[in-house]
Amino acid sequence: MVLELYLDLLSASCRAVYIFARKNSIPFDFQFVDLLKGHHHSKEYIEINPMKKLPSLKDGKFILSESVAILFYLCRKYSTPSHWYPPDLHTRARVDEFMAWQHTAIQLPMSKILWVKMLIPMITGEEVPAEKTEQTLLEVKNNMQLFEEKFLQDKLFITGDHISLADLVALVEMMQPMGSKYNVFLNSSKIAEWRMRVELAIGSGLFWEAHDRLMKLAEWDCSTLDPMVKEKICKLLQKFK
Amino acid sequence: MRLELYLDLLSQPCRAVYIFAKKNDIPFKLCTTEVFKGQLLSKEFFQINRLRKVPVLKDGDFILTESSAILIYLSSKYQTADHWYPSDLQARARVHEYLGWHADCIRGTFGVPLWTRVMAPLIGVPVPEEKVQRNRTSMDRALQQLEDKFLGDRAFLAGQQVSLADLMALEELLQPVAVGYDLFEGRQRLAAWRERVEAFLGSDLLQETRGPILNILEQAVNKKVPNPPPEVYPYMLLRISRIP
Repeated sequence: MVLELYLDLLSASCRAVYIFARKNSIPFDFQFVDLLKGHHHSKEYIEINPMKKLPSLKDGKFILSESVAILFYLCRKYSTPSHWYPPDLHTRARVDEFMAWQHTAIQLPMSKILWVKMLIPMITGEEVPAEKTEQTLLEVKNNMQLFEEKFLQDKLFITGDHISLADLVALVEMMQPMGSKYNVFLNSSKIAEWRMRVELAIGSGLFWEAHDRLMKLAEWDCSTLDPMVKEKICKLLQKFK
Repeated sequence: MRLELYLDLLSQPCRAVYIFAKKNDIPFKLCTTEVFKGQLLSKEFFQINRLRKVPVLKDGDFILTESSAILIYLSSKYQTADHWYPSDLQARARVHEYLGWHADCIRGTFGVPLWTRVMAPLIGVPVPEEKVQRNRTSMDRALQQLEDKFLGDRAFLAGQQVSLADLMALEELLQPVAVGYDLFEGRQRLAAWRERVEAFLGSDLLQETRGPILNILEQAVNKKVPNPPPEVYPYMLLRISRIP
């Protein structure tokens, strides 16, 4: 039975899993779960993941959620090259450390930029208060600085000379604001150079293919959005007020 | 050179690390670093961790932050019993699955009541009732998912034996309980799980670890919580403003 990956490449977590599987020639069925159409709330998908989140992996009867867990699982099951998740105790700990830190420090604020700058105004017709937007942008700027000073430093990649899962996850998340045409890489040449190295290590073709849907998000006709999902999003806006 | 653990036992992830090290007889030097005494802000501590957070592990020259990374490192280096971080592919995946969800849905949520009930009032900063309610709702939602998806009809969160997942979850859930929230009321499965984990860890160890957090509410009621020094105020105000 072929591995199934439930994905929507709009999501950074999904892109990390997709890029990793493709890069390592792991055979899988791409099960598209359209976030924009609210398909993650469908009866069919709820059976795969009752928490309605993406990505999910289905390997025979074994169903797994959480992108970091999925990446570690794929690494081990398919014996991918060791640089992705190095076996050395200290180096592996660095990857684990970054994977833990990134949830709140990178993924959340990067995703927030996309929401406040584009998705919320587009879907609700209302702008998010400027103060909140500024707060989010400042948080991202500060965390990018921490990323550079603590995780990247003067190395080529986070763990040293080779790309690892940490770089992959970091980059796809930092790409998220690009969906709203906001480029976080402009502030630091060190990070911009790292970004290029990671893209090249992945392969530009695969990298940009994975990011195509995100880059075209601005063209999305949001009138097709599921009304229930729209309602949830309007509620989300309240949190920013 | 001895292993050093920089911990504040008021902090949930610090307690998880402390309990794990003690339970597994891992020799370490406890470097108590108290958040509300401003000790995270010192120049010395900045050399240890520029992110100004606890817990931190220092093993010779190797410095590591993030409780889940520290726990995994300790379990690997000291070859602790397999059930903590199982070597089986799927069992290990379940631990990571829990840790990923925990980072999004438990962290940042269950720590809030200490702020709303004790720390914010202590420095005279009110937290709007709306935020208190929102936090209550978030905790309820997370507890439901914890019970339904992670526990289900299993004994523990990632399988049939105690793992790092249970340790991380337990100390987070204890935080609101310590400041008077009845989280386990009406949640029999979770209450039973808690009993199982605590029985495994041992009451002496837990009492020792939880001394500070369990005392804080009583201290607050008796107006005996020491006033944080002024240099901690900016950090505290920032944390309070971040409550969703």
